[in-house]
Amino acid sequence: MRPDPKTTRVSVERIAVRRHAAATVVVVGNPNSGKSTLFNRLTGLRQRTANYPGVTVEKHIGTVRFDDMALELVDLPGMYALSAHSLEERIAVDVLLGRMSDVRPPAGILAVLDTTNLYQGLYLLQQLLTLHLPVVVALTMSDAAQASGLRIDVEALRKRLGGVPVFPVVATTGQGVNALRHALHEIPHSTAPKLPTLWRELSDASELLAREMPVTVPRIEIERALIDHDSVFYRELVERMGEGGTARIDAIRTQLFGQDPPLASEARHRYSWVREVLAEVQQKAPAIVTWGSRISSWLNRPVPGTIGLFVVMALVFQAVFAWATPLMNAIDQGSAALGSLVAAMLPQGAVASFVSDGIIAGVGSVVVFLPQILILFLFIIVLEDSGYLARAAYLMDRVMRSVGLSGQSIIPMISSFACAVPGIMATRVIPNRRDRIATILAAPFMTCSARLPVYALLIAAFVPAQRIGWVNLQGLVLFGLYVLGIVAGLLTALLLRKTALHGPKPPFALMLPEFRRPNPRTVFIQLIGRAMIFLRRAGTVIFSVAVVVWALAYFPRSESIETELQFRVTSAETSLSGEALRSSVVVLRNQAAAAQLEQSLLGRAGKVVEPLFHPLGWDWRISAAVIAGFPAREVVVAVLGTVYAVGSEADESTLAGRLKSAAWPDGTAVFTLPMVIGLLIFYACCLQCAATLAVIRRETNSWRWPVFAWCYMTTIGYTGALIAYQIGTP
Amino acid sequence: MTLDSLQRGRKYVIKGVNSADPVVQRLMVLGLVEGTEIELASAAIGGDPIEYRIFGNAISLRREQARQFAVSLKAEG
Repeated sequence: MRPDPKTTRVSVERIAVRRHAAATVVVVGNPNSGKSTLFNRLTGLRQRTANYPGVTVEKHIGTVRFDDMALELVDLPGMYALSAHSLEERIAVDVLLGRMSDVRPPAGILAVLDTTNLYQGLYLLQQLLTLHLPVVVALTMSDAAQASGLRIDVEALRKRLGGVPVFPVVATTGQGVNALRHALHEIPHSTAPKLPTLWRELSDASELLAREMPVTVPRIEIERALIDHDSVFYRELVERMGEGGTARIDAIRTQLFGQDPPLASEARHRYSWVREVLAEVQQKAPAIVTWGSRISSWLNRPVPGTIGLFVVMALVFQAVFAWATPLMNAIDQGSAALGSLVAAMLPQGAVASFVSDGIIAGVGSVVVFLPQILILFLFIIVLEDSGYLARAAYLMDRVMRSVGLSGQSIIPMISSFACAVPGIMATRVIPNRRDRIATILAAPFMTCSARLPVYALLIAAFVPAQRIGWVNLQGLVLFGLYVLGIVAGLLTALLLRKTALHGPKPPFALMLPEFRRPNPRTVFIQLIGRAMIFLRRAGTVIFSVAVVVWALAYFPRSESIETELQFRVTSAETSLSGEALRSSVVVLRNQAAAAQLEQSLLGRAGKVVEPLFHPLGWDWRISAAVIAGFPAREVVVAVLGTVYAVGSEADESTLAGRLKSAAWPDGTAVFTLPMVIGLLIFYACCLQCAATLAVIRRETNSWRWPVFAWCYMTTIGYTGALIAYQIGTP
Repeated sequence: MTLDSLQRGRKYVIKGVNSADPVVQRLMVLGLVEGTEIELASAAIGGDPIEYRIFGNAISLRREQARQFAVSLKAEG
């Protein structure tokens, strides 16, 4: 009996799709529409983040599994329109049109509309419908809409949209998500909806032009070419039309838009349709005053809002330092214990030193600060998710404008408190180029999480844990360093906007989302994602630098120092015994280790540059650590850990203790308060991060800015440290 | 009357937009077009930027951009 060809094909498909997603569905929506929460709800942890080729816009891809197949979901950056003004919008349009080389042409669209903001959602949806792809609409935050008295006639909306399926969902609880999943499952077998009549004149004109083309050009491309004056689509269309193309398009534009700018005409047309639809499908009961709206209206008032912002910032910094301490102590002691345990198990020599002083001490002294970094990320994610960051941009606009920036620069700057790399990437939302570059150059001054280990180490060791009133002195110094970074960054922006980046003040407009309770699930997924990015950096860059630095500090080994050590230990054994012998051997070992380090490659390098750093009160060890820390500043703690574990008295097992006992040859302490303050200023200002330099190069598309930033920041750091040490030291 | 001189607690309708300015065109894409109802919500310290409510959502504008929009009081009833 011949097998039924139909069944065979189906089963082959089933096998194939178990391994690969059957099709790609693109998730599109306004910023703050709950798009990411829904994406996380649908894909769970089955997602990955990469960059689109050649640019640094993040590509979020997740998988939705069904019993018989899987779908790939691509989460596009939030946007208001397909007008391709920003880099993100251009990439979104390319993905939607299947022009992006590493994303399959989409089989359909999941349009995410915030029920409480259908106005802007429907604007974008109109443009999406022109793409001629199957569309599924999710109305998010339907619970919030209901609570505020909004009623949506889903069936009427569906009709107005040409019959596309519409699903009210609550992404945070998962309500309605099952029905949505069923609809997504049908996408690969669906056809595009019949386009509702949205703007007849534009449709007719582009239909006419499409028929004249020698090849099939998607309707949306023609529409965008007509509307967006200088877009890629416009240039392509002119090229396809050949001679007389420009004149022809101009004629059509005049006919369609008259003297009105096309974009303005589009906005008027589309919003009048939106108003018409909303009048039909949306009913609004009188607004109920909720707990959230009362808080937000209070926080929106100028003075309480600004005070609130400072309270939030202070709370974050206090928490980052205070809450993490117990965990950090535990990790610190654990890593020290592990190091000595492993060292005792291995035969003495290069391998034991490599494992305990290279690997365990190096990575351990970075991992110990993970609790702090997680707390910081947690706060930033919660603030972002609750809608507070946009509020901060609004409140800070006036301040940012006084240094020639806009409130939009505040989000990249606040992100830079975690890491300058995502912060600099986030400057893409700033439309003005001068504004953007000024923000990029100010961002690395913000205290990033990689600076925290250095700050935390030096503060814990050298700033007394006193209380002044209710304020912890250590917390106060940390806060001061944050302020220093902010002031230096803002002054830099001001300076640049007055000189090299002189130009008109940029515009500013911002949607302010309602405050909402952050969804624990979304916060958790994002926290894991960001922690992994940090760990990947810590695990690769820091680890390899730590190992290289250990090697530089360990090699070459001097035979004569070892021979002399053996000789002295033997002679001590003949004259001493018991406790006296043991302590004498420890002293001899430490002296030998110090001698070994001093003649190692790193010790020699430190001595070569020591004269340069001597005016700052640094000895060759610190100079060596600073040099080693230039590719990645977070390595400095690992380097200090390695340097002092090898070369200094090993009485205290923690690095902080080791630093306290470091001394000049004449016995005076190296780490005096003025020197430590200088060192902190140096770290606050210097651009010791290869990743940041690379991202500045990429974002400004020139070597000029990263080179300038590096020289400028190093000069400021050096000068600051010099002043602090010279003034503070009698 | 332009958007920078609204009174709190009253409803207005946008009547005219100075759409020649590309910056203003971007604001139009966000929904600030003729016919949109708008209310004053608040302002940052110093009265700038200004926060408005349009279609139940909050948007903030700088004073100089707010001047590009002509408004009139919404007819009661």
